[in-house]
Amino acid sequence: MDWSIAKILMQDGIVTGVIYALLAVSLVLVFAVTRIILIVQGEFVTYGALSFALMADNQVPGNRWLLVTGGVLVFLRELWLVFRGKPAATLLGSALFCLILPLAVFFAVPAVLATEPSLWIKALLALLLVVPLGPMLYKLAYEPIAESSVLALFVVSIAVHFAFVGMGLVFFGAEGRLVSEPFFDGQLELFGLTWTYQSLFVIAMTVVIIVALWLFFGYTLYGKALRATAVNRRGARLVGISTSMSGFLTFLLSSIVGVLSGIMIVSFISLTYETGFMIGLKGFVGAIIGGLMSYPIAAAGALLVGIIESFSTFWASEYKEVIVFGLIIPVLLILSVTSRHDEEE
Amino acid sequence: MKKWPVLVFILLLAVVPLIPGVPEFWINQLNAIGIASLVVIGLVVLTGVGGLTSFGQATFVGVGAYATAWLTTVHAQSPWLGLILGILLTLLLAFVLAQITLRLSGHYLSLATIAVCLIFYYLYGNMPFLGRHDGIPGIPPISFFGYPLLQAQSIYYLIWFVVLLAAWTGINLLNSRSGRAIRSLKNGEKMAQSFGVHTFHYKVIAFIYAAVLAGLAGWLYAHEQRAVSPSTFGINYGIEYLFMMVVGSVASVWGGIFGAAVILTLKDQIQDIAPRLFDTSTNFELIVFGVLVVLVLHHARDGLWPIVTGFFSSLFRKGGARETAASSWWSAAPLLDKKEKPQKDSTLLQVKAIRKQFGGLVAVNDIDFSVNAGQIVGLIGPNGAGKSTTFNLITGVLPLTSGAIVFRDKPLASATAEEIARLGIARSFQHTQLLPQMSVLENVALGAHLRRSAGALRSLLRLDRQDEAALLREAAIQLERVGLAGSMYELAGNLSLGKQRIVEVARALALDPSLLLLDEPAAGLRYLEKQELAAVLSALRDEGMSILLVEHDMDFVMKLTNHLVVMDFGTKIAEGTPAQIQQNEKVLQAYLGGLDDEVIVDEPPVGKAGNNEVHA
Repeated sequence: MDWSIAKILMQDGIVTGVIYALLAVSLVLVFAVTRIILIVQGEFVTYGALSFALMADNQVPGNRWLLVTGGVLVFLRELWLVFRGKPAATLLGSALFCLILPLAVFFAVPAVLATEPSLWIKALLALLLVVPLGPMLYKLAYEPIAESSVLALFVVSIAVHFAFVGMGLVFFGAEGRLVSEPFFDGQLELFGLTWTYQSLFVIAMTVVIIVALWLFFGYTLYGKALRATAVNRRGARLVGISTSMSGFLTFLLSSIVGVLSGIMIVSFISLTYETGFMIGLKGFVGAIIGGLMSYPIAAAGALLVGIIESFSTFWASEYKEVIVFGLIIPVLLILSVTSRHDEEE
Repeated sequence: MKKWPVLVFILLLAVVPLIPGVPEFWINQLNAIGIASLVVIGLVVLTGVGGLTSFGQATFVGVGAYATAWLTTVHAQSPWLGLILGILLTLLLAFVLAQITLRLSGHYLSLATIAVCLIFYYLYGNMPFLGRHDGIPGIPPISFFGYPLLQAQSIYYLIWFVVLLAAWTGINLLNSRSGRAIRSLKNGEKMAQSFGVHTFHYKVIAFIYAAVLAGLAGWLYAHEQRAVSPSTFGINYGIEYLFMMVVGSVASVWGGIFGAAVILTLKDQIQDIAPRLFDTSTNFELIVFGVLVVLVLHHARDGLWPIVTGFFSSLFRKGGARETAASSWWSAAPLLDKKEKPQKDSTLLQVKAIRKQFGGLVAVNDIDFSVNAGQIVGLIGPNGAGKSTTFNLITGVLPLTSGAIVFRDKPLASATAEEIARLGIARSFQHTQLLPQMSVLENVALGAHLRRSAGALRSLLRLDRQDEAALLREAAIQLERVGLAGSMYELAGNLSLGKQRIVEVARALALDPSLLLLDEPAAGLRYLEKQELAAVLSALRDEGMSILLVEHDMDFVMKLTNHLVVMDFGTKIAEGTPAQIQQNEKVLQAYLGGLDDEVIVDEPPVGKAGNNEVHA
């Protein structure tokens, strides 16, 4: 291997690495606020990517049915809660989010696709189709047992992952999909390498999302409420930040991040309904490097995962997954040694 | 589970293959259920009871299966050697993983099991000597004395014999000294440590036990299928094993077998029906399992097995005499040895200028006091005085900023909760920490953990009965001592708070301590319960026990203690007999905010407490 190949591998690694970094940051966020290990984050990626890919092919994705069904189920649960004493005024918002929005999207998707819109509109539709599933999922699967142990919530995540993969096969079929049409055409020379506009766009988007998250958490009331919940759940509740609100909001953020990552990643990696799990787990390897606590370390760790993956594809492509997931072992070893210190102090 | 349902179950298992006309398919299905049951029994102990969630048991099944497959085909060795190699490799892998992950909080273990399962899946799929993605075909059957188990019917008996053996070891393990330690891992790890339980050790034991059963399942699988390939050891299978446990039972070995049967039958039915409903190929069972597990976790936390057993036991209402202490199998066990106790009135615990700072806040400011043998010393003070912090410093929960604590001439600074227990200091907790699913007797027996040494291997094979009998008898003696012998067989979670606090005292006594540390023992008790508790503690002192208690209730403390230490804002403001403390200006000021003296003198409880001061 010479320097020029190394540079290309590095470039590849960075482009996938930034997406892993995005996922890692979102995973740390969800864990900090809700204590949920969000395995299903990977499915947000594939659902976003594959709906986008189907629409890029001018097909109507079948998961619009899931959106409507999920909405109806959440609404029924809200009705039940109102029956049990929740203020009835909340129903208006629920109806808007659970019934009107999904139905509007359900009918809008084929109608808009018929006008042969640009790729950007299709990306927007993919967001609308998949993002609401995040908060709906929180309402249905997690909220009823939000106070359970981390491990019980983890098992729920795995169960939800199973259900999403199963449904993914129904909606998207078994074949892999790639969107070959780029958002931006063209390329430029930088650091002696050829960068497509598309890959620069992915990097720029990631930076934009991370800055947006930083602004959200630093400068908005809701962002601060989530930070408060992450620091001290009970304290946050005592000052009126409801678990339900923070869960809803966190899942909204993580599904936005997941779907955007999916839309970006499907432009250079072919995805199937199953791939999300692996992509999500690679984000997790990064998140674990940050001890599921530190955002910058998690992001850096995930970037490293992308680069290591890219190099191991070159050296030992068969063992690339073994190498990437093997990374977790020394990391856990270090965490284990240092955390024992903490307990003794 | 009672004895006769088990016998009926065994009889049914033995008869099924003999019934003429039973389709071969049923037997194959039962074989699959048996093999999965082995894995699930391990998971019941590890995850259901021990609270350590593994999604990757398929890894160990794979190691067991590939080890024997490789040895019996490539090297044409006997399957029995394959078994030995498989178990050794499983042990090695489990031990290494345990060392890496079990010191971290539980979700790291879970993530690591997923990662390791994926790693092994890709290793099997790419290693040339393991046949890559095609796996290893042509594995010979297991033979007994030259008779090969070729038919599904013949290996059926081997599989279910091993399953029943595993169930027996699982039950033995859970009902033993090690089992109590494992049962404390989920919700009472800190508590168990303060009775000298080395919890890390028991996490490793539970992990290795589950791994070995999975390895064994892999060995059976390889010789039943006569071929192995990577796909059946992937992460989805690992997750399915966990689902079997969740759906079956989190506490019962039989429930685990039930869960395996439910999931595998469901899977088979779905794979049979789904293609007729949908023309495309779908993984419909994934959706069903996912939704099922979420529903079970929402509505039946303990799994479906308790519902099944509840239904049957309501059909056959159980009657008959209840077991009593005198008729129990352990009632004639030898008594446990006692530690040599300190001389009455010798200094037992010395607290020397201890200090605790949280940043700029001095929570405990150079406090000094001592506890003599045979005394009850009370540590009191208004809210926020630093009592609980002082208590936590003495029990090793918090590290000291400066100062020293000496117990019987041994310094306690930097001692762990376990070491403190070994020295003979037992404690109770402000929020009672009993294991609600365990009987009162077993809860108390956990307190005596350090006084016997029966290990996990002996309990697996039921060779620990002498030790176990001695521990249970000790627990019964301590329950008698505090007047709770009648509630011995109740579940601890069903007792009233007052009784739970007294059970905590009994559990502390089971450690054979020379010093009892009680953290707000009367908090939340009703008047009569407080009186009972006071009577118990006072009787213990008469027997020579030394007690240090932190308490809010003035009346309770004034009547009971020999000596009081009063704190306010982290500083000791007074020390002396209850009578002296009642007259102390500073104490009155701290408690009543400097009210008129006359009002205080007229205060009825104070006067009453003073009259009752007989022990001082």
